[in-house]
Amino acid sequence: MAINRDSNGYTYVFAIAMVVVVGSILASLAMGLKDLQQENMKQEKMRDILVSVQVMEKDQAMTEAPELFNQYIAKRVLLDAGGKVLAEESGNIPSKAQAPEDPFNIDVQKQYRSFKANVVKAEDMKYPLFECSKDGKTFYIVPMVGTGLWGPIWGYVAFKDDLNTIYGATFDHKSETPGLGAEIKEAGFQKQFVDKTIFEGSEFVSISVLKGGGGKADPHGVDGITGGTITSDGVNDMLNNTLSVYATYFKQN
Amino acid sequence: MSEVAEKVEKKSEPLFSKKNKTLITDPLDDNNPITVQVLGICSALAITVQVKNAVVMSLSVLFVLIAGNLVVSLMRNLIPGRIRIIVQLVVVASLVIIVDQVLKAYVYDVSKQLSVFVGLIITNCIIMGRLEAFALGNKPWPAILDGFGNGLGYGAILILVAVVREIFGTGKFWGVELFGNASEGTGLFAMGYMNNNMMILPPMALVVVGIIIWVQRARNTKLIED
Repeated sequence: MAINRDSNGYTYVFAIAMVVVVGSILASLAMGLKDLQQENMKQEKMRDILVSVQVMEKDQAMTEAPELFNQYIAKRVLLDAGGKVLAEESGNIPSKAQAPEDPFNIDVQKQYRSFKANVVKAEDMKYPLFECSKDGKTFYIVPMVGTGLWGPIWGYVAFKDDLNTIYGATFDHKSETPGLGAEIKEAGFQKQFVDKTIFEGSEFVSISVLKGGGGKADPHGVDGITGGTITSDGVNDMLNNTLSVYATYFKQN
Repeated sequence: MSEVAEKVEKKSEPLFSKKNKTLITDPLDDNNPITVQVLGICSALAITVQVKNAVVMSLSVLFVLIAGNLVVSLMRNLIPGRIRIIVQLVVVASLVIIVDQVLKAYVYDVSKQLSVFVGLIITNCIIMGRLEAFALGNKPWPAILDGFGNGLGYGAILILVAVVREIFGTGKFWGVELFGNASEGTGLFAMGYMNNNMMILPPMALVVVGIIIWVQRARNTKLIED
């Protein structure tokens, strides 16, 4: 062979060419698939929201989500950190590029990350709220984000129209320990939240996730996960932090 | 690695000659990547709790192995010797990213379940092992067959372990409850049957793999070393 494969020059040229080729292949692939992936994420978010009000099942196909979302979610509200209404939207959801301030397009997870990194101040955070009308009743869905043991946890909590009683809750996580912290995404844990209340009289008390807590006697508590203490605490803090903001808005209504 | 030495002869060789066939059958038994070479143990421990995940993982590894072997084999006369490991790593990493992105775009639900594990294919020693030991020294077609055989050999063990662990650990197969519902205490659970929670933990995967190795060696005596 004419080229010396062991020379430094050849090694450098090969390395540079390889990086350019691989880089452009991967970049064009990522660009080509971006729209599909974003649509998937949008549909997944719609499904997550609808699952919390029991319009959809967890394992239902995501593709059915957009139609049901339009049908059931009547209003999308955006609150500021003081519980004041910033915007109210209804109808079709504009794309993220068109309307980054649409309540649906507010990425609470991204916002939470910026908050944790001190990029966004607590008072500048924005809080979306979704109003769902189902069977003639109105439900209010609150998205929330928090920190588990290994990574982020998030969820949606749906309230009945008294803005106090929980109608349903779903939680999910990125990398909690399977069998322990990861149980927060199982129905057994989430079912406990149904019919719990976040106000004691007119005072906000949130929902506590406690070891050995919950049961019928405690309207503001649920039982934490054995062996998943830090994740349970994370859910507890997430509920407390997020709901305290919404509580101000709930009280006014 | 005996494969390093074995070069494929003349072009006129039939596609499925005896030698080529052994490229597929060898990794299934005599030279199984997991039970004989003891490679890829890491993923055999991590993703064998559920059969479904094990199957998707096996398919992903199969794809990456075949494609990686093919690409490296095609480039085998171009790759500079001193950076060959890096080049192989780049090939594998790119393929894994492609798999990950495509899964995210077309089967989003599956990709969500597997995302971490798909990324971890990069660290699967079987893949680098095959690229280094076989693809670098052989023509594309045998390299494809070798990738296919090793992918199958890996997948077979992975799925076997996953079947055992899912059935005894959670009482399910492919997510379907076999013995009734454990938390509600129906079916066999009403009679006092309990899931073996230890099966869900990684150490039990090692034990199961160990038992498979034992059975395999009892059957196939030429694997027993003195």
